[in-house]
Amino acid sequence: MKTLVCISKAPDTTSKIAFTNNNTAFDEAGVQYIVNPYDEWYALVRALEIKESVGGEVTIVTVGPNEDDAIMRKALAIGADKAVRIDANPKDAYFVATQIATYAKTIGFDMVLTGKETINYNGSQVAGMIAESLGFPLISLASKLDVEGTTLTLEREAANGVEVVSVNAPIVVSCAKGMAEQRIPNMRGIMAARTKPLEVIPPAACDDLTTFATFGSPLAKSEVKMIDPNNMDELVALLHNEAKVI
Amino acid sequence: MTLVYLHTSNGMSKSAFEAVTYAKKLGNEVIVLTAGNADANTLATLGSFGAQKVIVNRAIDGSDEQQVSTWVCNHAANAENILFLHDVAGKAIAPRVSVRLKAGLVAGAVALPEMDQTIKVNVFSGKAFGFVKVNSQKRIISLLANSIAPEKIAEVCPVEEVNETIESSGIKILSTKKPEGNIPLPEAELVVSAGRGLKGPENWGIIDDLASALGAATACSRPVSDIGWRPHHEHVGQTGIAIRPNLYIAIGISGAIQHLAGVNGSKVIVVVNTDKEAPFFKAADYGVLGDAFEVIPRLTEAVKRFKLNQ
Ligand SMILES: Cc1cc2nc3c(=O)[nH]c(=O)nc-3n(C[C@H](O)[C@H](O)[C@H](O)COP(=O)(O)OP(=O)(O)OC[C@H]3O[C@@H](n4cnc5c(N)ncnc54)[C@H](O)[C@@H]3O)c2cc1C
Ligand SMILES: Nc1ncnc2c1ncn2[C@@H]1O[C@H](COP(=O)(O)O)[C@@H](O)[C@H]1O
Repeated sequence: MKTLVCISKAPDTTSKIAFTNNNTAFDEAGVQYIVNPYDEWYALVRALEIKESVGGEVTIVTVGPNEDDAIMRKALAIGADKAVRIDANPKDAYFVATQIATYAKTIGFDMVLTGKETINYNGSQVAGMIAESLGFPLISLASKLDVEGTTLTLEREAANGVEVVSVNAPIVVSCAKGMAEQRIPNMRGIMAARTKPLEVIPPAACDDLTTFATFGSPLAKSEVKMIDPNNMDELVALLHNEAKVI
Repeated sequence: MTLVYLHTSNGMSKSAFEAVTYAKKLGNEVIVLTAGNADANTLATLGSFGAQKVIVNRAIDGSDEQQVSTWVCNHAANAENILFLHDVAGKAIAPRVSVRLKAGLVAGAVALPEMDQTIKVNVFSGKAFGFVKVNSQKRIISLLANSIAPEKIAEVCPVEEVNETIESSGIKILSTKKPEGNIPLPEAELVVSAGRGLKGPENWGIIDDLASALGAATACSRPVSDIGWRPHHEHVGQTGIAIRPNLYIAIGISGAIQHLAGVNGSKVIVVVNTDKEAPFFKAADYGVLGDAFEVIPRLTEAVKRFKLNQ
């Protein structure tokens, strides 16, 4: 299997979320970036397991500026064979998907894996957009992926439970919990990652379909109202009369 | 015209009515597209929320999203807005339609467009929000459940049954495993959730009792599903599922930031914890400082009394 894994960065969850430039841009000052957990724990690790069992090659791709080399080296340390960075600031999901699809077409992959969503903008859009651009089927929100020859068996989230589906490569898969377990890079992996190829390519032309006009932070919660643990009737009354949720 | 695609094969959910209400408020004529074998009388009820007409394609069943995308695009020529729910189906279909029509997608909208036509979405796991502007002529929106109250404004509408065959993507569905809980967590309006404070799986009876008294779904923190006390599909948080019910009751959960990331969109949060320093109290609307093993049975009794008097 020739596999492409889409890797994006995400602010560490303890990062302070603030905005700058008149609330039009995310304030990156002091923000620690990690590999988006869905991309790392589920997409990348499963791609590596499949390579280990049936052979092939795992390439990672990131659309981002040169600071992103750090998270790409981490993904290489976990075991990816090579990395490609498309040198541009990701403007929106359509931009990211167009870049990745354009690159993928020039190489030809059997599988393109993404995470189920980025934890910063939570769009769940990129995978479907890549699939449409490549004309591949998409298995969205997959929690299991097995390969036999060119046939893939997957489990995916469906409206009425979990569906077991079968489909032929080439495909795009967005990966969710269950797909694989986290792998901690070892010293050998970290050393090897330093010398693995990391190619940087220019972005393709792309229309601007959407723009984030402004950002804001939710209003702070009002003070918590403490209820006497012996008086649960009061809590129920408040939930009914004041909060109006029951 | 606003085109709404809804997945109705598993019955009509409240969020379908929310989507039609939202579409109606965008201002134009609303046409609903759906696939599968939902019965016409049920589909006609979408008219009550403002749909002019429902078109149901009996030739496809809605499980092949590539097929659905093609069909939706075939009907989109005169649509200014195309609306989906930001659910399992919408997450797979809306991005495809966006690429095919070269129309900007606002994923996970939580409100109607503002005066300047930007649309509010949650970002950074609910820790902030953003306003998205669409630059293309056509606009695609996927609406997060529980963002707008359904409004009944009319009577039923006509349902047009069509048989338009569309090439399949080749995906074969081998089987479906039904979820164990009665109420699917992402759709539940009331959720009772518990964490490591419960000490062991044998103690979940009090949680189930409270949930069934309320008619709520159950959820849990990550360690609880990791050690196998509860099934994985109940795990909420940054690495589990994100939910935004009307009421979230957190019992014996400390309120770590990764947990909060999945639940802080809830309208009202109740926290029950023995530790007055537990971070969850800062995110709560109502707090009870006390032992879950005493408080929860008491709460369940209070809920039952309340229901009897309703
Ligand atoms: C990258 C990453 C991702 C993560 N993703 C998630 C995620 O998606 N979801 C998630 O939940 N966690 C996640 N975590 C773990 C998270 O950081 C916390 O460790 C976890 O949420 C704690 O679970 P808990 O509150 O059940 O347990 P604890 O932290 O052990 O808290 C137990 C609580 O119960 C209270 N308690 C004890 N006895 C009683 C009693 N008798 N009655 C009432 N209260 C009692 C205690 O005071 C305490 O507050 C993630 C961590 C990392 C590093
Ligand atoms: N800038 C990026 N570079 C590479 N892959 C990305 C990028 N942004 C998003 N992705 C991939 O697309 C998935 C879904 O992202 P999203 O649609 O933004 O929620 C992520 O989990 C990644 O696998």
